[in-house]
Amino acid sequence: MIYRESGDFSTTYSQDSQTFPIKFDRYRYYVLLVLAFAVVPFVINDYWVNAVFLPFLIYSIAAIGLNILVGYCGQVSLGTGGFMAVGAYACYKLMTAFPDVNIFFHIILSGGITAFVCVLFGLPSLRIKGFYLAVATLAAQFFLVWMFNRIGWFYNYSASGQINAPERTVFGVPVTGAETAPWAAYLFCLVFTVVCALVARNMTRGMQGRQWMAIRDMDIAAEIIGVNPLRAKLSAFAVSGFFVGLSGALFFAVYLGAVEVGEVFGISKSFLVLFMVIIGGLGSIFGSFAGAAFLVLLPVFLKNVLVGGLGWPTDLVEHMQFMIVGAMIIIFLILEPHGLAQLWRVAKEKLRLWPFPH
Amino acid sequence: MKQKLLTAIAATMMAASPALADLVIVDTSYRTGPYAANGIPFSDGYQDYFTLLNERDGGIGGEAVRVVECETGYNTEKGVECYEATKGEGALVYQPLSTGITYQLIPKATADGIPLHTMGYGRTSAKNGEVFKYVFNYPANYWDGASLAITHLVEQNGGSLDGKKVALVYHNSAYGKEPIRTLEGLAEKHGYELMLLPVDHPGQEQKSQWLQVRQQKPDYVLMWGWGVMNQVAIQEAVNIRFPMENFIGIWWSGSENDVKAAGEKANGYKALTFHNLGSDYPIYADIQKYVVDAGNAAGAGDQVGTVLYNRGMYAAMLAAEAIKTAQEMHGTADITSQQMRDGMENLEITEAKMAGLGLPNFGPEFKVSCQNHGGNGFGAVSQWDAAAGEFKLITEYYQSDQDVIQPLVAEDSAAFAAENGIEAGC
Repeated sequence: MIYRESGDFSTTYSQDSQTFPIKFDRYRYYVLLVLAFAVVPFVINDYWVNAVFLPFLIYSIAAIGLNILVGYCGQVSLGTGGFMAVGAYACYKLMTAFPDVNIFFHIILSGGITAFVCVLFGLPSLRIKGFYLAVATLAAQFFLVWMFNRIGWFYNYSASGQINAPERTVFGVPVTGAETAPWAAYLFCLVFTVVCALVARNMTRGMQGRQWMAIRDMDIAAEIIGVNPLRAKLSAFAVSGFFVGLSGALFFAVYLGAVEVGEVFGISKSFLVLFMVIIGGLGSIFGSFAGAAFLVLLPVFLKNVLVGGLGWPTDLVEHMQFMIVGAMIIIFLILEPHGLAQLWRVAKEKLRLWPFPH
Repeated sequence: MKQKLLTAIAATMMAASPALADLVIVDTSYRTGPYAANGIPFSDGYQDYFTLLNERDGGIGGEAVRVVECETGYNTEKGVECYEATKGEGALVYQPLSTGITYQLIPKATADGIPLHTMGYGRTSAKNGEVFKYVFNYPANYWDGASLAITHLVEQNGGSLDGKKVALVYHNSAYGKEPIRTLEGLAEKHGYELMLLPVDHPGQEQKSQWLQVRQQKPDYVLMWGWGVMNQVAIQEAVNIRFPMENFIGIWWSGSENDVKAAGEKANGYKALTFHNLGSDYPIYADIQKYVVDAGNAAGAGDQVGTVLYNRGMYAAMLAAEAIKTAQEMHGTADITSQQMRDGMENLEITEAKMAGLGLPNFGPEFKVSCQNHGGNGFGAVSQWDAAAGEFKLITEYYQSDQDVIQPLVAEDSAAFAAENGIEAGC
């Protein structure tokens, strides 16, 4: 009924393999993009940007990055927080060392630097996998945080060890620092998120993605059919690191503006992004968005409803949040181990057949 | 029905309700997480004082105070969310009670024109009001704390710390790192050797640090800890039989929660403070009558009179006095956050004022000015009496070493001004 396939006939391979093969889906996507770029910036305020949109967009990039590594290539990583920290500190060093270069390039470069670091820590993946690799990347998490806390050069020897994002502009409009208008910060992150999603989507459905998935499904078989495991695994680490680094740089420069590495990029951040990937759906770009939305929005929503709406004590609500979010994670994993993306896929199937299910 | 529900949800999501003609105070508290043990009493004291003013005096200057509580969990992201969610209600002042959150909020609050009061924590160089126009950290800051501790040790050692070894056990974050620069400066002046022992968030894992204390035998240990880290440190010190009277905590490491867990052995542990302790003040009768007995107490109502409850109440008292000052200055009861800033900048706390409020001899006298947002740096040393179950002051209020601190404040605030393109001046 809502999802119509009648009239949607693919006559070429390219039509058949496009991201949104159903016309209705495709238009919905265009409408969403127009809304996001042309409508939201005009109605957005500080609260929506800082509590909802920026965390959602930035965590989405991180989740896409981790999804490429865990979901597409099957390399379990617990080092996301540490790699985000690399992006943040790279961005800080670049921002302060080259103040005249546009922040846009700094953020992209931070992603590149993180990709390099991520590859370094990905090297053990050639010998070990599964839980063992998770522990190796966990070491990256602790090592990187320790390093950024320990070595003064990374935080320019400031008294407190914090890094602060100075004001930087794009086309004369500040996008970092306190004077940033809500719409500017939002648009800046939105551009990155949309480009990242496009790049990730196209990478994962091309040859590169097929190689990753072959490695994920069975590495020995993949090697026999001609996939080079070294290149496939390390490229997954590099691409994943690039996205995670971007998100770390945006997290620091645009969203928070000042960062204390131990608290912001601690182990809990790694878990949070991993939960996003698992709840959203392993091996799905849409799932990364869905997972990020779920874990960013649910606590804010619960807080606003329970504290703002019902007037419950704040500590009770905080504890309730832990329980509700935790319970939701468990329920999801039991009822739909493939995450929100699979739920959405099933819902679409049903809607396309409605009202004649078979 | 469905639409109604959706509108209701959308309305609650918007969070920012229309500003009422009240004096809005935001309490960014934390009653959960590893810092809750210390966050709860502070928040209770902070809220109870405003409740007392509302119930007894009908608010401040005839205007009721509305306290909005927002849970941060000592987490910076949640702190930012709290700030954004509540600033639209017309918040007059923020007391984030977290150095990390303070660092996030300094640029944001300055841009929004809302003052921050970071009492005894936060960015120390915010003392320089010419650069940090919206940040106040009176009556004392970390660098004062570091200096006060060293002065106390110098006095105990007959005027010299030559050849002594002082260890600093600190929370490995902006908060814990703050005093290092001052302690290094003071080491040059007094000739002691400084040993740094960082403890990572949240602070439960300290075995290796205390092993080092055992091996290297520092004469004194200073501590910059908060939350669960304090309890663990004191327990570890007890375990290695470190003499408690040589162990001095900053004011955030000196509450009953921190020492009680270690039992009798913690007797003699010292901590700095910038206000008086105990519940032997006239105001407590009023709090009992109007707040606790009337059933209006914040939280469980069981914290009255503890060290951190007193501190929260003291913070609220300073905020209330700043509101009064602002009301007098601008001739209106319903002040804005800009006017609140003026009130804070012209705040003067005298003994007569404190006695009038039912808090005689509760804290040092000080006067805030445009150049000096940080007070005069007076503090005292308290000591834990395990038998009596309370901290007792063992010194008079004395001033920190301004010769060492002032140049550091000037240097750090100048660096901040240069980094952010701020033109200093009054």
